[in-house]
Amino acid sequence: MSHLLVLPVLVPLVTAVTMLLAWRSRRVQRVGSLLGAVALLGTTLWIAAAVWNDGVQHLQVGNWPSPFGITLVADVLAAAMLVIVGVTGACVLVYALGSIDAEREGNGFHALYHLLLMGVCGAFLAGDLFNLYVWFEVLLITSFVLLVLGNDRSQVKGAVSYVLLNLVASLTFLAGVALLYGIAGSLNLADLAVRLPEVDAPGLITTVSMLFLVAFGIKAAVFPLFFWLPAAYHTPPVAVTAIFAGLLTKVGVYALIRVFTLLFTQDVGYTHTILLGVAALTMITGVLGAVTQTDVRKILSFHIVSQIGYMVMGLALFTPLALLGAIFYILHHIIVKTNLFLVGGVAHRLAGDFELKNLGGLYRAKPWLAVLFLIPALSLAGLPPLSGFWAKLVILQAGLEAEAYFAVAAALGAGLLTLVSMTKIWNEAFWKPLPDDRSLSPGTPSLAAMVTPVVLLAAVTLSIGLYAEPLVVLAERSAAELLDTTSYVQAVLGEPPTPPTAEVR
Amino acid sequence: MDVLFALLAGVLTAAGVYLLLRRSLVRMLFGVILLSNAVNLVLFAAGRTTRAAPPIIPEGLSAPAGAVANPLPQALILTAIVIGFGLVAFAFVLLYRTYATFGTVDADDLAREPERGEKGDGG
Repeated sequence: MSHLLVLPVLVPLVTAVTMLLAWRSRRVQRVGSLLGAVALLGTTLWIAAAVWNDGVQHLQVGNWPSPFGITLVADVLAAAMLVIVGVTGACVLVYALGSIDAEREGNGFHALYHLLLMGVCGAFLAGDLFNLYVWFEVLLITSFVLLVLGNDRSQVKGAVSYVLLNLVASLTFLAGVALLYGIAGSLNLADLAVRLPEVDAPGLITTVSMLFLVAFGIKAAVFPLFFWLPAAYHTPPVAVTAIFAGLLTKVGVYALIRVFTLLFTQDVGYTHTILLGVAALTMITGVLGAVTQTDVRKILSFHIVSQIGYMVMGLALFTPLALLGAIFYILHHIIVKTNLFLVGGVAHRLAGDFELKNLGGLYRAKPWLAVLFLIPALSLAGLPPLSGFWAKLVILQAGLEAEAYFAVAAALGAGLLTLVSMTKIWNEAFWKPLPDDRSLSPGTPSLAAMVTPVVLLAAVTLSIGLYAEPLVVLAERSAAELLDTTSYVQAVLGEPPTPPTAEVR
Repeated sequence: MDVLFALLAGVLTAAGVYLLLRRSLVRMLFGVILLSNAVNLVLFAAGRTTRAAPPIIPEGLSAPAGAVANPLPQALILTAIVIGFGLVAFAFVLLYRTYATFGTVDADDLAREPERGEKGDGG
């Protein structure tokens, strides 16, 4: 029992309500929003420390004994994800304070931002499937509003496909939840982990697992379900895109990891082979899409898709080393991807455009920005000694050990093409001279607020790259927890699991 | 009874998917609504349809006497209906904005509309 676990939900909620109460005062909103984001970072670190020292933490909201009632659980993976939410949430908020326009701020940007963080934290903590569904909807509806906030022409257009496809994903998820409830008579994840192996209908469970694959696959933007992402992610302001790019698809990946390690491990040969194929195709199609684009934000959006493939590949191989790689990859990727969007936003502030042909001369004018771009860009491509190198190395090693040569080849090819498209941004935006008819704007005071988070996130990437061991140890422990579910189940259900007694027709 | 629910959910799903494949965004949204009702029916049927007593514990006892109906699916469905209503309401407003901005709700026509507006794109 740990009451700490309500805090990542409660802190953003209180912040968001305060923002709504201070609707008229921009200054109160800006200060309160920053304080709320820092407080969230503090609570997530607190929870991570508790999980690291005392093992899996869980809370039965309202004191209903498990498996009834609402369960919040934090194992090492959930705690690590919470910390990343805290870090990126605070960094992107600082960036937003320097970049978001007064109109959007006046229309509730800060309240929505914190409600989004609340939804993401809730999804990471959810201990039963219906609760997970509810948190998905919370983060979905806030992401809808953030996406169209400002009412730009392109925003409306991008939001249509985003909204409709995500609604379908939610319904698929709910259908899977319903069927699973019909089969096992419970929705508590730990309880299901005990009951599902006892169910005498493995084919039925595999079928339901595919419903979950489709639902979370749409959220995570894997092949062939990713089309909503490149259509929508380049339309809102960079601060919104950066937080979406960092966190939202990763909630889908987290949910995939959760259900395909805890629940659907009956027929690994079938389900995880499908996952492996999906992962390989996701890497290839995503990176090929990126190579053809010329808008910085669209290039980066397609790279989100491609990178999701690496994480799913780690899950699909389903060995301790591969899961270690997947977790390491998620943690490194969220930092890097968020940072790349932020750098793109700074470049846009200076040069006034996202189109590569209209950019240029940034290396000559702002050499420090070029360095800040190179750190996450080369890390994304997987060059040593940056964090992406270690992430890719572990995944590839796991792939070779499992003899999944096709997926390894896809991963290597996608890595090379990632480098190609990062070089393209470098050449066009930083290296080539500025087109004659354009000029760079001088830095404004708010530029400092935009650059500070970029520097912080780049420092995180660098330190993960140069001293990867702590994160590897963390990912290793988390992977061990995912493969041996007893600690998770025991933490939630208390005593060692007993055979189920519910009658199942 | 279960067969009826299965048939009804199947028909609703088929109609919903058919509507989702249309070009008109409004029809697509109607498809989502039908799908959501189909899923709610599946959720209801998953909790077993029984002709049992309501799940009320008589005074003085700590457990219901005899077989009772399962109340949990109804709580789940109620939550799902409320959430679905909110999302669909938002989607309708979004479609209205789309029509007001582009003058069309046809997916193909919308795809041909240029993205850049007069307001430019924010950084």
